[in-house]
Amino acid sequence: MKYAIRHETRYGYSQPVVLCHNEARLQPRTTERQICLRSDVTVSPLTGARDEREDLFGNRVLYFAIQEPHGELIVTATSEVEITHVPASYDPSLSFPWEQALEQLRQGTSTQQREVRQFTLDSPCAAASDELRAYALPSFPPGRPVLAAVHDLSCRIHREFTFNPQSTTVTTPLSQVLANRGGVCQDFAHLAIACLRSFGVPARYMSGYLETLPPPGLPRLQGADASHAWFAVFVSGMGWLEFDPTNDQLPGDRYVTTAWGRDFADVTPLKGVIFGGGDHTLDVGVDMQRIAP
Amino acid sequence: MKPTRRDLSASFLAGYRPPENAVDELYDRDGSIRPHWTYLIQALEKLGPDELDSRWSDGRRLLRENGVTYNVYGDPQRTERSWPLDPLPILIPSTEWQVIEQGMIQRAELLEMILADLYGPRRLITEGVVPPELVYGHSGFMRPCAGMAVPRGRHLPLYAADLARTPTGRFVVLGDRTQAPSGSGYALENRLVIQHMFPSIFRDAHVHRLPLFFRRLRLLLAGLAPHPDGPPHIVLLTPGPSNETYFEQAYLAGDLGCTLAQGDDLTVRDERVWLRTLQGLRPVDVILRRVDGAFCDPLELRGDSLLGVPGLLQAARRGNVAIVNPLGASAVENPGLMAFLPQIARHLIGEDLKLPSVRTWWCGDAESRGYVLEHLDELVIKPVDPHATHSTNFGATLDEAARARVADAIRAHPDLFVGQEHVALSTTPVLVDGDLEPRAAVLRTFLAAADDGYTVMAGGLCRVAGVRDGIVVSNQIGGVSKDIWVLASEPERDAALAPADKPLLVLRGELEVPAHVADNVFWVGRYAERADAAARILRQVVRRMLEPDRAPDDPQLAALVEITARVTGALPIGGKPVSDKDVLAALYDGQRSGSLRFDLSALHRGARAVRERFSSDTWRILNGLDIESTNAGELRRAPAEVERILLLLTAFAGLGAESMHRGQGWRFLEIGRRLERALTTLLLLRTVCRSAGPPHAMPREDLLTFADVSPDYIRRHRSVPLPARLIGLFIGDETNPRSAVYQLRRLEQLLKGLSVQIVPPQRSAEEEMVQAALEELVPQAMLADAELDAALDERLARAQNQLTSISDHLTRDYFSRPDRLQQLVTIDR
Repeated sequence: MKYAIRHETRYGYSQPVVLCHNEARLQPRTTERQICLRSDVTVSPLTGARDEREDLFGNRVLYFAIQEPHGELIVTATSEVEITHVPASYDPSLSFPWEQALEQLRQGTSTQQREVRQFTLDSPCAAASDELRAYALPSFPPGRPVLAAVHDLSCRIHREFTFNPQSTTVTTPLSQVLANRGGVCQDFAHLAIACLRSFGVPARYMSGYLETLPPPGLPRLQGADASHAWFAVFVSGMGWLEFDPTNDQLPGDRYVTTAWGRDFADVTPLKGVIFGGGDHTLDVGVDMQRIAP
Repeated sequence: MKPTRRDLSASFLAGYRPPENAVDELYDRDGSIRPHWTYLIQALEKLGPDELDSRWSDGRRLLRENGVTYNVYGDPQRTERSWPLDPLPILIPSTEWQVIEQGMIQRAELLEMILADLYGPRRLITEGVVPPELVYGHSGFMRPCAGMAVPRGRHLPLYAADLARTPTGRFVVLGDRTQAPSGSGYALENRLVIQHMFPSIFRDAHVHRLPLFFRRLRLLLAGLAPHPDGPPHIVLLTPGPSNETYFEQAYLAGDLGCTLAQGDDLTVRDERVWLRTLQGLRPVDVILRRVDGAFCDPLELRGDSLLGVPGLLQAARRGNVAIVNPLGASAVENPGLMAFLPQIARHLIGEDLKLPSVRTWWCGDAESRGYVLEHLDELVIKPVDPHATHSTNFGATLDEAARARVADAIRAHPDLFVGQEHVALSTTPVLVDGDLEPRAAVLRTFLAAADDGYTVMAGGLCRVAGVRDGIVVSNQIGGVSKDIWVLASEPERDAALAPADKPLLVLRGELEVPAHVADNVFWVGRYAERADAAARILRQVVRRMLEPDRAPDDPQLAALVEITARVTGALPIGGKPVSDKDVLAALYDGQRSGSLRFDLSALHRGARAVRERFSSDTWRILNGLDIESTNAGELRRAPAEVERILLLLTAFAGLGAESMHRGQGWRFLEIGRRLERALTTLLLLRTVCRSAGPPHAMPREDLLTFADVSPDYIRRHRSVPLPARLIGLFIGDETNPRSAVYQLRRLEQLLKGLSVQIVPPQRSAEEEMVQAALEELVPQAMLADAELDAALDERLARAQNQLTSISDHLTRDYFSRPDRLQQLVTIDR
């Protein structure tokens, strides 16, 4: 499967911005299951400085600055990504009991196991807590295979929480998401990650896109008008396995990954510090189309 | 034969009884004075208590006059405290110092290698030497810095550590400082004071000198500049005047010859750092930072920081600026790491630590956690992260419930805590009310990287507990500092002080005037004038109030009170009679806007924010410009106090006129002064216009005194009618340095000096406003048939409006901070 993705972000300012510094994580990385064939970011007005690099997690980062007064900022990322590999289906009941899986990670001596342990720690938007642990507890009865526990948690979030873009913003804390029993894909991913970290399970935040055009006969999926978010867990011997609690499914060939990190703060698609600007408006448009192979 | 306790005079050492459970620096175990102390003790004995006392008051005066201070957090009323220093140094023989030196150098090299690994391949983690949680869970580890090269490979250009002597007699490291080590400036200031107090003792004791270290520090900073063409521009990035060690930052900036700048004085353009000066943007090569790394760049690090510079990390990433210490260096300011340092040393350099750390158990390790929980009552429990919300706890001082709370916190987040052995610190004598007392001591040592390895300052900052038997040593809770004398076996040769192969560097920073400096000196000028006016007018009010036979409804006093109220704002407007209490408040109540004390505090605050711009003579005057609160109770004592303040304000003005370098800093001080004096004068005369009562109600003598005119002037103008006389005196007489027109003529020249930089040359908006104000005030017609009436009031009001706009325009054109900074995406943390 091959996709062309166009992601446009448009900021309008009530007063001129005299200087801005920005970081974009808009260019899909190449992963075990996708190849980024082409990716380009255009910025209007023209930038004063521009530099690409890779961050600690291996994501592609574009730094740019605009040094002339401007009333509008338009950042357009256009990419082509080929999905090369769809995760094979697996039987969650065949994984190790979760207690044992955690012990394996603690005792593990591989480079990957040691590096992965950072994803068991709290991060700014996804910190473990007693109430999250309590919420997740029914999914973690003693001896349950770890993937069955994670799968159950993901299903429960889908079942018990309402998708509601009005109920939260980027800054809504998880305790409130939990109390509201509602949110958007980003909240559900953070919720799942923080629940898992409350048990010591390494979990990371996945940022990317989900194709909206449903194949005939299937319902239209939510959460794909802008970018999408889901999560992955690490299991020794199996690697990283992805879950989408928003749509209660295993991310397959309709998911394109842009970046991953501990939470949204590590992979914010476009952030910036501006001087001036007054009030601003924001429009984001994402267009994702299949293209001929 | 070694001198013992009994051999020496009973008076000096008699009361000194070190506790049994720790080592004492002065006495060895059998009660003999350690040989390296003998000379100092004998010399002090020879001085005698009276001479010691007199030298110590001299030393304290020097500290006060130099304005040596530090700030205490959480004390908004009066955050600046004078720097506590003990006159007795602590002595370390050079043989012992060499051991410390070698241990510190090894440790600095090791920490630098750890940093290189953590921001590079992270083998220490993947090879299992350091647990990942210890690194990734610490806020000092900054993910955006991973993979960044640092100038000349220097991950840790500056390093400091706190050392203590344990009961075994050996030194151990209590803690590492890698973020932005503070204290070296205080060490230097301490040395100046102690050396001033005991010049010959200091010389004959063969004490190692400190300046060499600072010279190496200059070379280090200059050597890190990425663009070696021309002299490097070095900036000291400060969090601002309310920071704990702001005095030291300003002092070091002066000593090292770099520009003191706050975050919004700097900007990043084209991936380079620039200083915003009155002359435009100036490139910055090296930043010596005293802002914590996390706050340095709101784009990539903490988004809520107002102390940093957006884009700074990118500029550093591109190698266009050297940051000292590099961002991320705080990753090794981690007590948890101390538990692993011996293994790391063997792993990385195949050596044991020459200078051990205090015994440390990291609670993230199950076995260590068990030990800590079992020994809570004897250990010190510390958070691994300096930004953690948890505080340090001494198990021995906790009650049962508090200990249980600490245990719960450890069990909930074991990775975040360490237990450390509670070391009985060695004691050293401290002078307390003329007697010697033993106090627990901690030594801070300082290192700077050089081409041929690390240099250790031969000395440092000793801090002792604030109370006898104190176990915590901290400036925030009343600790006292001491000079450290490292005793050479022979006198240091001068050659060692000035290495001939390195030319003395001329750094470029001294001449730059950042916008915040212009802003602050402008307000120093304004408040100096405001205080002068308040003191002068209140002096007249007090005189009248104190007249023994004054009528209760003295109309001149009422007029004077109204003028005071309008001009200063410190008395109620409306001609109501005032009490002694009201007048005392207008003088001394620092909370009352417009009071003399309020103005003096504002003057002081402004000056402190640009401390490095004023000479030490000027600081001596500024430090005297405070109300002595003992005088604040009675009105009859007010005249003397007001005279004292007026004299010092005059001295301050005199130094400004006679000895301040005529740079842009001086220009803004002078603009502030002239503008304020013009405004005050206009306001005063407008009040007279509006409240003109019967002739006998005019406080003419008071106004003449306020204007500071000579008897000769009064005699020559006797024939002029009073209104015209006052108008001439206060407004139109260009030869009187207190008239409004005089101020405007001065402003004209001062502003011209600013606008010459405008290309093409043209009159600035500020100059236009001065002209407009002059047009209102100058015409001879106004003087000829002038009356103190409503028409004059309107004319003066128009001039006043022009002058107020000048202040607004200066703020916009010269002092303005950059536009408000905002985040496009706010993430709650």
